[in-house]
Amino acid sequence: MTGTRGTLVVGAAQAGVQLACSLRELGYQAPITLVGAEAHAPYQRPPLSKGVLMGTTNPGALELRGAGVFAERRITVLTGERITEIHSDSAGAGTAVSASGLRLAFDRLALTTGARARTLPVPGSDLDGVLRLRDLDDARRLGAAVDGARRVVIVGGGFIGLEVAASLRGADRAVDVVLADDRLLARAVGRPTSDFFLRAHERRGVRVHLATVPARLLGDGHGRVRAVELSNGRTLPADLVVVGIGAAPRTELAEQLGLEVADGIVVDEHGRASDGVTVAAGDCVNCPCPVAGPARRRRFESVSTAIEQAKVAAATIAGVPAPYRAVPWFWSDQFDLKLQVAGLSDDADETVVRGDPDGERFSVLYYGDGRLVAADCVNRPADFVAVRAALAAGRTAPPRLVADPERKLKDLLRDADVEWVAA
Amino acid sequence: MPSITYTSFDGETRTVEGQLGDSVMQTAVRNGVPGIVGECGGTLSCATCHVLVDPADLDRLPPMGELEDEMLDGAAEDRQANSRLGCQITLTEQLGDLRVATPEFQE
Repeated sequence: MTGTRGTLVVGAAQAGVQLACSLRELGYQAPITLVGAEAHAPYQRPPLSKGVLMGTTNPGALELRGAGVFAERRITVLTGERITEIHSDSAGAGTAVSASGLRLAFDRLALTTGARARTLPVPGSDLDGVLRLRDLDDARRLGAAVDGARRVVIVGGGFIGLEVAASLRGADRAVDVVLADDRLLARAVGRPTSDFFLRAHERRGVRVHLATVPARLLGDGHGRVRAVELSNGRTLPADLVVVGIGAAPRTELAEQLGLEVADGIVVDEHGRASDGVTVAAGDCVNCPCPVAGPARRRRFESVSTAIEQAKVAAATIAGVPAPYRAVPWFWSDQFDLKLQVAGLSDDADETVVRGDPDGERFSVLYYGDGRLVAADCVNRPADFVAVRAALAAGRTAPPRLVADPERKLKDLLRDADVEWVAA
Repeated sequence: MPSITYTSFDGETRTVEGQLGDSVMQTAVRNGVPGIVGECGGTLSCATCHVLVDPADLDRLPPMGELEDEMLDGAAEDRQANSRLGCQITLTEQLGDLRVATPEFQE
């Protein structure tokens, strides 16, 4: 199965780098080539909306691994090469061709192609001063544009939108956030946490417009944006508009290969695409949910899920398959607020608030069928680490006990079959 | 430039030259030192850069913050008196060379 052309990993960000490194850690001996479209060496994305945007993070500190690590592990890294064509045979071997004409032959293919920022489908979204934030070049463009901007409108109330809002408000810009949902972070956290972030942003001077979308962006007559006209008829003046309305998976190559695609490259619990041999990981995949609950599939966009899926895909290629079971977790830093989320709260039927949201230090614990399934933690890292460990080990605690913020969750969360008589 | 010596749980030692301003975690990850993960990139969100600082070096470190203290409680291996998170130790001229040990498990 392991031929001489080795594995080609298409996409050189968090998932791709992890996949390549994990292959070597698992003893894979054949060549590994990691090819990325961006000109930069593989880097971390989370700081882009915070330190990089505000110029406080040195770009050198973004590297995911040093060049020496790739050399030592015999991983060939090719940057600035966008793969535009791939052909493979029934065994999964084939050739990829880049836009510049580079041809790369492979025995095994891994797709870690990520996602692209969605564009705003309204008139005026092509005006100067309308920017997005997905990659390092975007962050640099946005950072440069912030210098001359006083009034910023951010479209989107997810992690990117709110982190950018916090960064820019922290730099004393006037910030409006406009979102279609009726609550912030709707895809990531439960309603109590959404309500808290609304108040927290408003307390710090961010104006939030829920359940509102831009109808059109107005120019100044010289091709630059000057205002955003909303669906409710209001007009918000703006020298800068940042669009953060989610990301769409990059599935073009998977489609060329005839792989099944449905909001992402459809993979099984071993990261295998529908041909049974190509693997995929990260923001580009739609995978079986890794934690217990109703059978369903999901697409995740986070560092922890990219890393875990990449390890699973590497294990499949290396011939030591291990299914994807890791508890998803997420984090977001906004102002002095640290949000950490463990597990998935979508199916929760009971919610316990622990601590004081008005004191900006609390957790929301989610239960499904009487068992702990997830937690949103704000400035309570001990709660987060306790819940993350408990979910991985299948431990829980009765909702009535966890509400007391003075009792350590680490001590309360126990094996499910233990009785809580002493409590 | 300060050097950092990392000793793994099974006694393997590796010394790397650090860059001023980098953390003990960043230096390990960039140089491929096993035993440190640093999944969150140094934002105190994951507790996967747990290190045990050589007692001779411990007193020179800046004091631990509250968030670091809480995150250490949830590290995969139980904390000890000389436990720190590598992302919170920034290399400076004054701090000089450091010796740390890494636990067997980080996640």
